Amino acid sequence: MLYRETGQYKTSYAADQAMFPILQDRIGIVLILIVAFIGVPLIATQYSYTGILIPFLILALAAIGLNILTGYCGQLSLGTGAFMAVGAYAAYNLVIRVPDMNILLAIFLGGGIAALFGVLFGLPSLRIKGFYLAVATLAAQFFVDWLFIRIKWFSNYAPNANAPDLTIFGVSFSSPLERYLFVLTIVCVMALIAKNLVRGRVGRAWMAVRDMDIAAEIIGIRLLHTKLLAFAVSSFYCGVAGALWAFVHLGAWEPLTFDINRSFQVLFMVIIGGLGSILGAFLGAAFIFAVPILINQIPATFGVPISTALAAHLEAMIFGALIIFFLITEPHGFARLWQIGKEKLRLWPFPH
Amino acid sequence: MAFFFEVVLGGLLAGVLYSLVALGFVLIFKASGVFNFAQGAMVLFAALTLVRLMGWVPFWIAFPITCAVMIVLAFIIERVVLRPLVNQEGIILFMATLGIAFFLEGFGQTIWGSDIYTLDLGIPKDPMFILESIFDGGLLVDKLDVFAAAVAGALVVGLALFFQKTKVGLALRAVADDHQAAQSIGVPLNYIWLVVWSAAGIVALVAGMVWGAKLGVQFSIALVALKALPVLILGGFTSVPGAIIGGLIIGMGEKISEVYLGPIIGGGIENWFAYVLALVFLLFRPQGLFGDKIIERV
Repeated sequence: MLYRETGQYKTSYAADQAMFPILQDRIGIVLILIVAFIGVPLIATQYSYTGILIPFLILALAAIGLNILTGYCGQLSLGTGAFMAVGAYAAYNLVIRVPDMNILLAIFLGGGIAALFGVLFGLPSLRIKGFYLAVATLAAQFFVDWLFIRIKWFSNYAPNANAPDLTIFGVSFSSPLERYLFVLTIVCVMALIAKNLVRGRVGRAWMAVRDMDIAAEIIGIRLLHTKLLAFAVSSFYCGVAGALWAFVHLGAWEPLTFDINRSFQVLFMVIIGGLGSILGAFLGAAFIFAVPILINQIPATFGVPISTALAAHLEAMIFGALIIFFLITEPHGFARLWQIGKEKLRLWPFPH
Repeated sequence: MAFFFEVVLGGLLAGVLYSLVALGFVLIFKASGVFNFAQGAMVLFAALTLVRLMGWVPFWIAFPITCAVMIVLAFIIERVVLRPLVNQEGIILFMATLGIAFFLEGFGQTIWGSDIYTLDLGIPKDPMFILESIFDGGLLVDKLDVFAAAVAGALVVGLALFFQKTKVGLALRAVADDHQAAQSIGVPLNYIWLVVWSAAGIVALVAGMVWGAKLGVQFSIALVALKALPVLILGGFTSVPGAIIGGLIIGMGEKISEVYLGPIIGGGIENWFAYVLALVFLLFRPQGLFGDKIIERV
């Protein structure tokens, strides 16, 4: 009943091709945006910005990036952390080495450099497929880890790289609320672009390559072009996410913040959220980011005193078990669960 | 010249240790097509179990008990994780093994503690000199590494015999070749998977023993799985000899690069050099040196 599209006639091509063809979806999106931009600032506390909302949004952006590569183009990558690191350090070096650099521009240029790097490490994907490629992308991960730890020039000869003040076009983004709105705006715009990209010609080419690359080649899709484009766009998103993570979330960071665990974290988000779904990236990010925080709270809430080491081990256990549980209930992630839910809502609460 | 051979020999022996971990991956991938990321966690879990049991009972009792624990673990994984996920895509199964890895790492350290335990197998750790007649002063090798190489050799021979000469081994090869065909002639898939995961568990135990004796049993031995991955793609996911030869190439390349290339471009390159080396090989043979040829049909 809630989701019934009866009576919503499409009378123009524009209406037929709309991003959200169903009225309820449009209302839902507007509601979510209103809540995110206006509702949240009314109630959120200092901690919920810096501890939960900002990192969640940035990781969701990285998850969108990986989803483009893995979910849409079918190239499994374990090098997300590396692409984020390249974005962060490139943006950082642009800011400190180029006079009067606009920070917003630096963040996006950082993403651009990450895209170039992604293309470079995407080249093997033309020969190597599947899990072989996944392991090969680890080469990018470990190489970048080494690069930023060993070559001090990148971090300006300091152990930690320090982010510049976030002043863009004369507006200073220093309080958590301002930073939250800054990140939210970028994430919304980039998510919108991604959503449009994947349903256009480019996205369809990616999906054809994902489903079977030989068949895609036969129907005239250029593999080289398509795969490298996926690597570039994906790395751009990851690079921007990395720059935001460094500049907006952390402020001061060391190379280890972008190590292999970060790559796995983002991969978890994409798979649990749902491969090949922009919405899934957000749902997965919320789940993977929030669950460890919640698990951490549980012993304290019940007043059970346990050591931090034990708490960390229990957290890993519960987290692992939850991943397996969710995979068994719905291997295609939260995005598919939402799809099924929508189907149910068409009729609910009536039986027919 | 003697120094060069010493480096090569050291690398080869280190490579054997990587092969030990890679073997576990190959066994499971061959038989079930699962890229088992939990292999490192299994190594850690097995080593922790063994070392803690040895606190109470001597080695010859602790070892079979740990084997039994690994078989029970294989049984649980097969029942709880693999059976409900049968027929899913590779990436989903891969993700599930990541879940297993998290769980095992947490579980092992919750019940056995997360301190560093020394595992004493009664092997002298002191270095020794070999081939003194050929090289001036001989070549310096670690006795533990030689022991590890011997263990790995024995394990590979054992596995080869098991695969080639026993009825279960024949069934394993049939399943590895074609799941559906094997099932249609009456090979019980679930049982085969149980056997394979048990075998991988016992290989993990052996790897854990050797690594534990070398580094001490601690969390970081779960990370040797990351060292085994380049070995795996270099040798091919589906080849037992590939895991061994891949290990030797990677071990040797790593040591040589560390000694001769390291001072030029800065130390610590062993973390990524193996991956880049494997990547170069893959560009020429995308399925690894000994992997099954990937045939794609439209």
